[in-house]
Amino acid sequence: MTLLTSNTLIPNRVVVAMSGGVDSSVAAALLVEQGYEVVGMMMRLWSEPGRGGGPLVNRCCTPDQMADARRVADQLGIPFYVLDVKDQFRQTIVQYFIEQHELGRTPNPCIECNRQIRFTYLLNQALALDANYLATGHYAQVEQTAGSYRLRQGVDAHKDQSYVLHVLRQEHLAHVLFPVGAYTKSEVRDLARKFGLPVASKHDSQDLCFLGDGDYRRFLREYSEKAAQPGPILNLRGDVLGQHEGLAFYTIGQRKGLGIATPEPVYVVRKDVTRNALVVGSRAELGQTTLFVRDVNWIAGAPPQEAISAQVKIRYKAVALAALVKVVENGRIQVQFNEPVFGITPGQGAVVYDGDICLGGGIIADVTEQPSAELLTGAESLIED
Amino acid sequence: MFAKRSIYLDHGASTPVDAAVVAAMQPYWAEVYGNAGSGHGYGRSAAHALETARQTVADLLHAQVDEIAFTGGGSESDNLALRGVMWAARRDGRGNHLITSAIEHAAVLATAVQLRDLFGYDLTILPVDGNGQVNPDDVAAAIRPDTVLISIMAANNEVGTLQPIQEIGRIARERGVLFHTDAIQAIATTSWDMATMPIDLLSVAAHKFYGPKGVGILYTRSGVELVSALTGGGQENGRRAGTPSVPLAVGAATALRIANENVANHTAHYQHLRDQLITGILDAFPENCRLTGHPTARLPHNASFAFRGLNANDLLMHLDMAGIAASSGSACKTGNPKPSAVLQAMGFDDTWAVGGLRLTVGKQNTPEEIEFTLSVLSQIVPKLYQLQTIVRE
Repeated sequence: MTLLTSNTLIPNRVVVAMSGGVDSSVAAALLVEQGYEVVGMMMRLWSEPGRGGGPLVNRCCTPDQMADARRVADQLGIPFYVLDVKDQFRQTIVQYFIEQHELGRTPNPCIECNRQIRFTYLLNQALALDANYLATGHYAQVEQTAGSYRLRQGVDAHKDQSYVLHVLRQEHLAHVLFPVGAYTKSEVRDLARKFGLPVASKHDSQDLCFLGDGDYRRFLREYSEKAAQPGPILNLRGDVLGQHEGLAFYTIGQRKGLGIATPEPVYVVRKDVTRNALVVGSRAELGQTTLFVRDVNWIAGAPPQEAISAQVKIRYKAVALAALVKVVENGRIQVQFNEPVFGITPGQGAVVYDGDICLGGGIIADVTEQPSAELLTGAESLIED
Repeated sequence: MFAKRSIYLDHGASTPVDAAVVAAMQPYWAEVYGNAGSGHGYGRSAAHALETARQTVADLLHAQVDEIAFTGGGSESDNLALRGVMWAARRDGRGNHLITSAIEHAAVLATAVQLRDLFGYDLTILPVDGNGQVNPDDVAAAIRPDTVLISIMAANNEVGTLQPIQEIGRIARERGVLFHTDAIQAIATTSWDMATMPIDLLSVAAHKFYGPKGVGILYTRSGVELVSALTGGGQENGRRAGTPSVPLAVGAATALRIANENVANHTAHYQHLRDQLITGILDAFPENCRLTGHPTARLPHNASFAFRGLNANDLLMHLDMAGIAASSGSACKTGNPKPSAVLQAMGFDDTWAVGGLRLTVGKQNTPEEIEFTLSVLSQIVPKLYQLQTIVRE
């Protein structure tokens, strides 16, 4: 994760990661307007080969998207290059996605892509081109304070993407720009129209970019034998209630599609990889007030000295909930919510906020590393369902 | 960090149109605009210009005037030569086999493969040696009783290697097989005497020698029959239907004449700059860089290299940011670089074959520009290796 050190950076040169979408196109246009020397770059990522006849292309860098990005770059009068990141992306991000599922976790590959590809590989490419900055179309804001940088949420609360950027450190933020973070999505669309960009009315991209058809279950079935091993469905007492098709095909908190009949509704509460068992329980049993987070990055560079009151997001689209955050050891934190939280999913990011300031975050630890059952039962009394 | 320059070292891709060529074409857009096929005065004026251009080309190549057809470009000339000869052979029941080499331009190779895959012809693709040369003995050994055509390029577009076309042509002639050569890279720096050279078909593209894009020439020796893939009004002696572009034909002929008149001093100028590049680059990166193509039997304006483990896309991007236009057989503007098929055919493994760099000099380049290019390379190449080390960590 090392960054290139360079003493030849050109202060106002910026590389914009362009996807052909409206956000990165507007980001590029804003930077041109602000007088930067802008260079457009697109990463060609890995995609599933040859499904359904034709050769598939990664959906965030299809020929169409590439043509759109090239058109925007041409209109803005900036150079545009496409980088070949296929092998890198396959070996790191896609492999990570598969392996994490095999470990019974539900990874967020976008976080890992930001950490390893976008803000390491691509940022290094930018630095090597003597660009002082890498800009992306993320909805987040970098703020320079006395001697350090802060990551703040994007102005548009619905679009905020600081969650997937919590992996950034000071040395990244010194070289990162998020030009659309100060705008709402609808303002960004207005800007696209104002700039006359041909992408103003394009839809937002959805799903994981490397999946041929958006179906991650189908993908895992093809790419991982282990993740698709059938096994028992158990309740918390260990009674066998049925069979599952493979742990990877279920998500924590899932109620429908379990194929078992129970008098009360049951939810997936955890995945027991050692026994290849899917564990279900009542809604109360799904709730959890405490969780541990590993591989924590503190954006300020160091963990807080003592426990802090903060807000924590446990998924990209989750609401940040009030919690007490304690550093338990290097790189690990304990998060204590005021009330039980449902659907805490190992492998997802847990990101810590102080208001709109993203303090950092990490990956939700496995069940075996989570607090014991007494904490879980303690939570039960708080629930009315 | 470099002061922004603009240095064009991609003359193998295309060249600026010579001012004299632009001037020569000028009357044929809006003043003499008739269709050369028309019987009236407008048509006769156009036909006069067209046939004068054809005569110029014929004279320069020591060919007969009816052996010269203007086409839509170099690829079209190659397509017409291969398909035209093979289709005529099929029509007349004269054979079904053609021979080409692994390092041909796609205009030849893809056409040959299509003839094989879609039209049922037999195809032999000959290997090359480490310098990118076809062995004439291999050509002789590949000839069969039903062989109709041998197509071997005069000089390779990527690595600049000159092919032994005299020898191959002689073998073809002895064995009664037609010989086509794609001379698109070599035309302006070689002298051609079609009256004595054992070549039956020759492809040319004007924009490679300071002529306009969109016009090519196909020389077809008298008596060689072509079945045209472009059918219609039978223009260009039945070889290429469609109203001929008089300005482009005039441009091609003028450019060829200027190239021919200056071949000695241009060649000396190119060679000087080329050797400056070769010496400078090999001295700067003795471990990680190799000259590709033949060390001496190569185009005077082509300096081509392979860098161990580097991705040509990255190299070209950095050169472009420094204002230097270069190219590579493996780069691709859609970010999907593949190992260069030419380098692979020459025995380079994938560590080298994605790192091809082609620098092709031209009339306007100066030794100072070459110096600047060398200084840019000496900064960006180590940076790219450093970047690679970081990525591997």
